[in-house]
Amino acid sequence: MKNVWAIYRKEMGHYFVSPIAYVFIGLFLILSAFFFNFFLTAVIQQSLSAEMEGMRFGMSQNIDVPSEVMRAFFGLLSTLVLFITPILTMGVYAEERKRGTMELLMTSPITETDIVLGKFFASFSLFALMLLPTLSYLIFMYLRSDPMPPWRVLFAGYAGILLLGASLTALGTFISSLTENQIIAAVLTFAAFLLVWVLDIGRNASGAVASVLTYLSVIRHYEDFTRGIIDTSGLVYYFSFIFLFVFLTIRSVDSMRWRRA
Amino acid sequence: MIEVQDLTKAYGSVTAVDHVSFSVKKGEILGFLGPNGAGKTTTMRILTGFMPATSGTAKIGGFDVFNDSLEVRRHIGYLPEAPPVYPDMSVETYLDFVARIKNVPAEKRPGLIADALQKTGLSDKRHELIKRLSRGYKQRVGIAQALVHDPDVIILDEPTVGLDPKQIIEVRHLIKSLAGTHTIILSTHILPEVSMTCDRVVIINKGKIAAVDTPQNLTNQLKAGQRVRLEVSAPEASLREALGQVAGARRVQVESHSDGHLSANVEAEPGKDIRSALAAKVIEKGWPLFELRGVTLSLEDIFLQLTTDDSSHAQATN
Repeated sequence: MKNVWAIYRKEMGHYFVSPIAYVFIGLFLILSAFFFNFFLTAVIQQSLSAEMEGMRFGMSQNIDVPSEVMRAFFGLLSTLVLFITPILTMGVYAEERKRGTMELLMTSPITETDIVLGKFFASFSLFALMLLPTLSYLIFMYLRSDPMPPWRVLFAGYAGILLLGASLTALGTFISSLTENQIIAAVLTFAAFLLVWVLDIGRNASGAVASVLTYLSVIRHYEDFTRGIIDTSGLVYYFSFIFLFVFLTIRSVDSMRWRRA
Repeated sequence: MIEVQDLTKAYGSVTAVDHVSFSVKKGEILGFLGPNGAGKTTTMRILTGFMPATSGTAKIGGFDVFNDSLEVRRHIGYLPEAPPVYPDMSVETYLDFVARIKNVPAEKRPGLIADALQKTGLSDKRHELIKRLSRGYKQRVGIAQALVHDPDVIILDEPTVGLDPKQIIEVRHLIKSLAGTHTIILSTHILPEVSMTCDRVVIINKGKIAAVDTPQNLTNQLKAGQRVRLEVSAPEASLREALGQVAGARRVQVESHSDGHLSANVEAEPGKDIRSALAAKVIEKGWPLFELRGVTLSLEDIFLQLTTDDSSHAQATN
């Protein structure tokens, strides 16, 4: 555990001493704030015109503004995550191998599991830190809404995005452990993300294959969370996904000893 | 302290290390000498637990480097070929990180880090970012990193590469000062380094051990077969014949010198001093003698003799 902490500290130090963390968090906040503002005004306008039409035709058609905004906003967050995570994880092992520091880690009295867990938690922490300020946008909206939407929706949404981020971080760090080249790592990671993203393409088709593929898509389960539903199958899915790729990363790091020729 | 038995490492069809056996006593400095690509780095990587051997065993402090890898890694400090540093860290932060992953308890860390900084002359650079340091200083950080947890065994892969002459001398002094309390293996392809710092030398070539001995013995061993160099003005064939007749002369090589003289290299039988006999022979023949001197073989010659075949050796030493 102490070793995991040592690696974690080092990784976090690396993020925050170099401009990486600031660039990421800054960029992410600018984009997410812009889109949040855009969604909020768009949905409010939509609801106002719906209200006016309702008055004119005598049918009241209320739009639940906070829920609509949250659905759109969580959708946006997942898209940003799709683009940002590959860049976040590309260097985790690739850089270490290129610099030769992997040799230091692997000749120190720490296990591969220590290294992999320390690095995974650090990448995930940076991801969570990046996400944290966006919570203020939604809390602000909550406090201004009447009636206030259930807090459960907010909680489930963030649980969903954190699980999604953790899954993609696990996959991204795994791919980073396969190559010495950061660009290759980033491109492969992005391709892999797209693949697990679009697996729900057969969502409307019937048949066993389509339903299995839909179940395997990372985004399918996420949508449940953004609607305020914390489904056990989603939790099982994400935790299995994370566990699988963390495990594969440990094997991959271990195999570096044999692969180096 | 270190026992290596029949260590072999094959990369596919290439055998980088071929049945290498040697041992190092506690407190000894062992030099690993060989041309680039001889298998020095591979051997060190196996010893440090970085990669497994194909066959054979290596034990450090009684622990097998493969089966008790973690225990072995606790007892070694290792400087790879390129110093394994993080450019974004300051020297002190870096050493603190290394001390942590080497399982140094928190209360011992500040003292050990200060020691390592002081030994490698980095005390005034402790807050500097590693990326702002020169090549030589980076190399020192690499050495400090290998010392920071006060390991029993220190393995240094070409520790003086990239340093200027003054720094090289400092590093050699440092290594010598570490002997006794630490067991050290260092690799190099620079010969004087071995004779200056090491108690024993393993000469390795193409993955095989060519010789294991003290630097003095290696030099003495070949000094026995002394060579004498002459510069004479004489007909080539008769010179060759005359010198060959001298008792104790084994092999005579004659070639023409630029200013019309001939220069001859005569190899003596081990243990015989044939210089006066050669001089007498030349005088007897009435040839003008310009030069006559005994050539002692340097470690360089020994190294070449051991690592190259005869024909190329002759070219290299002439």
